[in-house]
Amino acid sequence: MTLSPHLLVSAQNVLSHVEFIHDLRERLQDGARPLTYFGEKRADGRVELTALLQDASGLSVLQGQATGDDGLPALTVQFPQLHIFEREIHEQTGLSMPGHPWLKPVRSPVAPMGTYPFFQMEGKEVHEVAVGPIHAGVIEPGHFRFLCLGEQVHHLEIQLGYQHRGIEELLVQRPVAHGAALVETIAGDTSIGHAWAFCRAVEALAGVDVPLEVEIVRGIALELERIAMHLTGLSGIATDIGFLQGGTTWGRLRTTIINLSMQLCGSRFGRGWLRPGGVRFGIDSAQAARIPVILKDFQRDMNTVTELFQTSLSVNGRLHEVGTVTAERAAEIGLVGMAARASGLDLDLRTSLPGAAFTRLPMALSKQVTGDCWARGAIRVDEITRSVAWIAQAVVLPGLDNVRVAPIPALPPNALAIGVCEGWRGEIIHALQTDEAGTLRHFKAQDPSLRNWFGLALSLRGNEISDFPICNKSFDLSYCGNDL
Amino acid sequence: MFRSLRVRIAQGRQYIGDLRAASPANFRGLPVIGAAPCASACQACVDACPTQAFTRLDPLEIDLGRCIQCGDCAPVCPEQKLTFSNGCHTAAVRREDLLISAARPTPPPIAVSAALKKQFGRSLRLRSVSAGGCNGCEAELNAVGNVNFDLGRYGIEFVASPRHADGLVLSGPITHNMAEPLQLCFDAQPRPRFVLAFGACAISGGLFAQAPQVERLFLAHNVPVLYVPGCPPHPLTLVVALMDVLGIAAGTP
Repeated sequence: MTLSPHLLVSAQNVLSHVEFIHDLRERLQDGARPLTYFGEKRADGRVELTALLQDASGLSVLQGQATGDDGLPALTVQFPQLHIFEREIHEQTGLSMPGHPWLKPVRSPVAPMGTYPFFQMEGKEVHEVAVGPIHAGVIEPGHFRFLCLGEQVHHLEIQLGYQHRGIEELLVQRPVAHGAALVETIAGDTSIGHAWAFCRAVEALAGVDVPLEVEIVRGIALELERIAMHLTGLSGIATDIGFLQGGTTWGRLRTTIINLSMQLCGSRFGRGWLRPGGVRFGIDSAQAARIPVILKDFQRDMNTVTELFQTSLSVNGRLHEVGTVTAERAAEIGLVGMAARASGLDLDLRTSLPGAAFTRLPMALSKQVTGDCWARGAIRVDEITRSVAWIAQAVVLPGLDNVRVAPIPALPPNALAIGVCEGWRGEIIHALQTDEAGTLRHFKAQDPSLRNWFGLALSLRGNEISDFPICNKSFDLSYCGNDL
Repeated sequence: MFRSLRVRIAQGRQYIGDLRAASPANFRGLPVIGAAPCASACQACVDACPTQAFTRLDPLEIDLGRCIQCGDCAPVCPEQKLTFSNGCHTAAVRREDLLISAARPTPPPIAVSAALKKQFGRSLRLRSVSAGGCNGCEAELNAVGNVNFDLGRYGIEFVASPRHADGLVLSGPITHNMAEPLQLCFDAQPRPRFVLAFGACAISGGLFAQAPQVERLFLAHNVPVLYVPGCPPHPLTLVVALMDVLGIAAGTP
């Protein structure tokens, strides 16, 4: 157990499926939080199961195995937050899950439209509205099915998988050195978040310690990404309610931030910045002097437009009490990240598993309580302000220009390594498993969107279809991050 | 009212006047191949490249349609002959024009297409289809219409319905699950119509060229009229290529 955002399991204790389920149930009853739970189908037909749990003493792993004959008793009814994990294990390994209420496909294979097992409701007032996979804007594909009772949405069903391109399999087929470029596209708007989780997993596996300065530069990269993408969300929310001045001004402010990332690393999305063993670009003294000036101007303009937005009657009227997910519901379904904090949950890996960078400069947790579209907007404003202040403190730390990428030695055999990172949407988890020769055998990537899509579905209940665009924007989830 | 004016004044003038002259500071855009000979039998760059963008060793040749601009090749070259410039005028009308070498460092300039200029020179409506895109390309496609690049000033805009669209802007490698929706979308577009490939994934499959989940038959039947390379391409790469191919003069209006 460790309070670090990474974990290496070299002596693996693989339990029988009976012991595994018993222990997992016990740990969850004792209050441990599941970060991920996945299965790997081995050549001999066994399925190896891994659950990553977090409690006050940090991260820990439970490992078990099951065969097709055993099946695996589903725990979703008792712990609804496991629903998506058990569905994914069933889909990826074929393991039966007796007792699971609905093994709805997660991503693949997408059944033809006519045969996809959509939830059915009957009644005179019931009608369905189908949208997608291709949507009206410049946006990724996914299918939404609104089950309506009159004007009200009774439930929104989300069908994903259109973006499935096999990232997990591709990564293990390639040299480890090619991995960073690939994980940067798991969700291309979260390149830094995924790259950092991957770096942590590889470095834990290879036994490489990176210096504090590298971690600080990574922290700056991560917070720049958070600011930029929170601005995309704010700009989108403003545009979707017809508040165009917010849309264009936040859009313009985002340009400032992504161009700053480009000046530091060559890419507006932070591509190529982080690599296992270090960072390819540091921050020199001239940049360190300039960045706080840019950020000061940025924060001034940010405050002006935020004040305009938050004092507008039409904005207040449109966003309050729309798309509400209560704290109780959020905890029950395992919501993570920004959306969970907007519902009042204390979930932020930067505070609970801070690592070197956020230990050196702690990040305070932002929180809202109402869990509605307003709260998911307001939390972005709050987090942007905290990230700006954090970066301004971080860039003046010494040694940030003297960073490099240390070589990654051969990987140890039969080891499991986990790396986690609090990206702008929420917690990102990467797990790497090696075989007896020390080559990569299995890769599990988890974007926070996987767990949060169901939160979007719940937020629509009792609302109207016309509330969907702002609910969707307020979550701003990744399709490709879910689909892998 | 005063709050709104304050925001408006702070916003100032954001649009880039001369888009062709714009030069993104420190953008890792165009790979530059030095003239120095390679050490014999060295293929460090080939091994470092995650997308097999080095298509020939002697003389060294890079396929911009595959290059994702990650820059992982540059540090491993013992001769230090690989660098990146911030060049972003890299689009081409023919796939083979994306191959560059020391002797041919950029794709040839894009000539005005008389047919496209006649049909779409004053009004072009585009429909974006993300078919496995990671949201990097989609973010930059959204940016071409923002207050900085403001492509709408030339009558070029993204539309919601394929019925209203002239061009289909494809991003992503075309996943199996998007192959049919993509075809349906293009079929719904009235003629004259065309396909534009945006980003390394759309042009070559990019990082996913070998993935069994990728199905690129659509492109065999619908050859793009414009290839916009990058991962993701800089908005200027698309903006300038469209201005060039449609014959839109600099600075107007």
